[in-house]
Amino acid sequence: MKYLGEHLLPGQLGHFFTILSLVASLVATVAFYRSTRVGLATEKQGWLRLARVAFLLETISVFAMFGILYYIISHHLFEYKYAYTHSDKSLQVEYLLSCFWEGQEGSFMLWSFWHCVLGWILIWKAKAWEGGVMTVVSFAQFTLATMLLGVYVFGVKIGSSPFVLLRNEFNWPILSRPDYLNLIKDGEGLNTLLQNYWMVIHPPILFLGFASTIVPFAYAIAGLLQKNHDWVKPSLPWASFSAAVLGTGIMMGAAWAYESLSFGGYWAWDPVENASLVPWLTLIAGLHTNLIYRSSGHSLRATYFFYIITFSLILYSTFLTRSGILGDTSVHAFVDLGMNTQLLLFLLVFLVPALSLFGMRYKGIPAIHKEENTYSREFWMFIGALVLFLSGMVIIAKTSTPVVNKLFGTKIAPPEDPEYAHNQIQVFVAIIIGLLAAVTQYFKYKDTPKAFFGKKIWVPTFIAVLISLGISFFGAVRFDKHGPGFLFAIHLAIFAAVYAVVANASYIWLGLKGKIKAAGASVAHVGFGMVLVGILISSAKKTVLSWNTTGVTPLSEEKAGERGNPAGNPRENLTLFKGVATDMGRYMVTYTRDTLNEKDRKRYFEIKFKAKEGNESFDLYPDVIKNNKGMEGFAANPAAKHYWYKDIFAYITSFQENTGEDTAKFVNRDIKVGDTLYYSNGLIVLNKVQVNPAEQQHKYKTGETALFLDISILSKAGSRYHAMPGMAIAGNNFRPITDTVHSQSLILSFNKVKDEKQGLLEIGIKESGAVTDLLTLKVYEFPMINVLWLGIVVMVLGFVMSILQRTKKSGPLRVA
Amino acid sequence: MKKTHVIILVLIAAAIVVLISYTGDLTTYETVASARQKEGKFVNLIAKLDHTQPLEYDPVKNPNYLSFVAVDTLGNAIKVVYHSNKPTDMEKSERLVLKGKVQGDHFECKDILLKCPSKYKDDPKAMQNNQPVVSN
Repeated sequence: MKYLGEHLLPGQLGHFFTILSLVASLVATVAFYRSTRVGLATEKQGWLRLARVAFLLETISVFAMFGILYYIISHHLFEYKYAYTHSDKSLQVEYLLSCFWEGQEGSFMLWSFWHCVLGWILIWKAKAWEGGVMTVVSFAQFTLATMLLGVYVFGVKIGSSPFVLLRNEFNWPILSRPDYLNLIKDGEGLNTLLQNYWMVIHPPILFLGFASTIVPFAYAIAGLLQKNHDWVKPSLPWASFSAAVLGTGIMMGAAWAYESLSFGGYWAWDPVENASLVPWLTLIAGLHTNLIYRSSGHSLRATYFFYIITFSLILYSTFLTRSGILGDTSVHAFVDLGMNTQLLLFLLVFLVPALSLFGMRYKGIPAIHKEENTYSREFWMFIGALVLFLSGMVIIAKTSTPVVNKLFGTKIAPPEDPEYAHNQIQVFVAIIIGLLAAVTQYFKYKDTPKAFFGKKIWVPTFIAVLISLGISFFGAVRFDKHGPGFLFAIHLAIFAAVYAVVANASYIWLGLKGKIKAAGASVAHVGFGMVLVGILISSAKKTVLSWNTTGVTPLSEEKAGERGNPAGNPRENLTLFKGVATDMGRYMVTYTRDTLNEKDRKRYFEIKFKAKEGNESFDLYPDVIKNNKGMEGFAANPAAKHYWYKDIFAYITSFQENTGEDTAKFVNRDIKVGDTLYYSNGLIVLNKVQVNPAEQQHKYKTGETALFLDISILSKAGSRYHAMPGMAIAGNNFRPITDTVHSQSLILSFNKVKDEKQGLLEIGIKESGAVTDLLTLKVYEFPMINVLWLGIVVMVLGFVMSILQRTKKSGPLRVA
Repeated sequence: MKKTHVIILVLIAAAIVVLISYTGDLTTYETVASARQKEGKFVNLIAKLDHTQPLEYDPVKNPNYLSFVAVDTLGNAIKVVYHSNKPTDMEKSERLVLKGKVQGDHFECKDILLKCPSKYKDDPKAMQNNQPVVSN
């Protein structure tokens, strides 16, 4: 059959380049490997030339696939499944790239893309190591290329292609019609959570981090294969680069979670987060043992092990997040594409040979059998590396319970409070790592004169003790949810973190005499300490501000204090009625208006915060974005007011628009001052009549005589409201001024004075049938969160400084 | 034995102790029937929303009270009470992981994990049943 309007060329090109990249990467792998095996220089050059040509073809293929997929998405070619499922016509241009990473195929492509870029830097810079290192990189490219194949071999599906056609994938009846493209007008659209600027930048950085961990791994494998351990020098800047990029990528994910997801935080110990944090921890461990070996000859075996395990953990995390195995434990895992076996093989094909090779060569790896001196830097650095590694192992073991379930058929689920289960352990890791990061630089490699250490260390120690005591006593860190023991640990960790900041900052002067160029490690450690300080204070002091004060939760309120009430304190959502100022702790909060932005399809709510004391006042604009076609509901994006010392962070948890036609009528009732009337939901009391009241002046003109009724309304639920309906009289004309109690959907008017002598008045009561506009809001306060973000910037700066320092030709620097 | 070795052993032992103590905190995935048997114990209940029963949520009255009926794959149903705002798209969710415990006649829920079609976009089975509505 001939189908109308299809664009088949991009798909055919895409398939062609997929096959080409598979073949080219395989040729590159073999050729690079041969180049390391042959003795003759000319023969070696020949193999290298072939390998580079193959890698060039591979690079062209990957870039071409990238470009074709972008063309398909940006031209809305919905005959392709990828475009249909991941994009739609209304998508903003800046989010077209985000469609790539929504699916597995696009993110594998991104990974592959970065390997190409890194590969060319290695070909340019690695010199003698090129053959060995690029063998590993090319082989990784080959395995990634198989992920994009999408062919069946003996009934087994290998890979999943992004270039498949919609009509080949589904058997919907309409797809058999020649003109089906006229019927499919639009795609399903991009997941609303990904329509955020962080989602444009976070995945590329994170995948560059993932991709770059292969370089230290590749050096280690090349070293093992060639029994040559000189790679520890070029691997150092690469490990620093990888640590900086992966760390940035992870924390950008945290920033995305903070700014775009309504988790109410930046870190939730979600399996997906853990799976990328753990390789970072082992990479940092490897970076430190690498430094130890360069300066003291110890810990080479550990360096091999850490670099191998880091890359393997990246592959393991790929397996965890993409196999769908986390389905019940994670909020954002990819789904099972029927590629689980392949993903597992992807892990094993690297892990098993690497560990076997490591085991076989273990005896031959040089090691010093003399014990490290306790007064040496390498001793404490090694302890730190070990603690990081073990903390990573504990985290990944806890994250792997779904794998255990799969293997042994158990039904283990996460604990009741999974965050605390992690925090109660990791807070001690933070204490140890903070202290080690603080003091270790004050030791010298091999041996430290005791007088030197004692003389230098007391100043930063003294300052850190003062600052952290200040925080402990005046900072009001009272996180008593998990008992005094945990609170004590938090205070101890705050000290350790402050100590790390102060000691490393002082070291730049005390140890390095102000030589900023050599201070990369110190700066990175200062940043890391700041990250710890920010995490500890913002998490321990995170408070809910939006306690429900509208008095509508009698049921759960009583039980809130009860022991064992699983809801804990359930009143964290504040209901706001449009135009009604509502009491929220230090603030009066008003939902003033909302607007729908047609461009980004978001509804912005204006929420006015006014402090009860002082004249602090600000507006927040949290928004909601309507979900994709075929789905109800919305995704909420928080908004935050940033102060240097805290964030006020708010997001919409639900909203209702007034859509119903208002058919209710005014009911007229007689009333006297002091009388009480009933309405369906409570009482109305007329307190007094006021003539020309000053506070209502904006409602009547000069020359008019205004009468206002001071009315109190008591709802059944116990809330009290105030209303001021009135009338303005000028000569024989009069004009009613109605007043509305939004939360009660109650409209009051002052109709006339019936009998002046008896003081008998007539008022109109209208109970609107339609619910008024309302929303529920959650508000948090995060103190000191900016220290966390700033800390990351400082840490990355430190990494960059040490990369620059180490890639300079001036030979090894032992200051570290 | 070297000092380093002693420290390595101590730290590894600590890590193992941590993991063993963690197993004590772990909970289990249950069905309605087995969750009822473990009344008062924190479990993870896998079920879906019973669309034939009314869902009770009124943000005007109380934005922090949600009540609905969940039904598991075996067809057993239980009333669920959740003291927080209603998760977005709950009605559309194909599967719910309810974290909480059975208290008397109902399930006191502390947290709800949704498995939405949006996350199952790539799921071939779900997609087959997800044909676009065509107006011709």
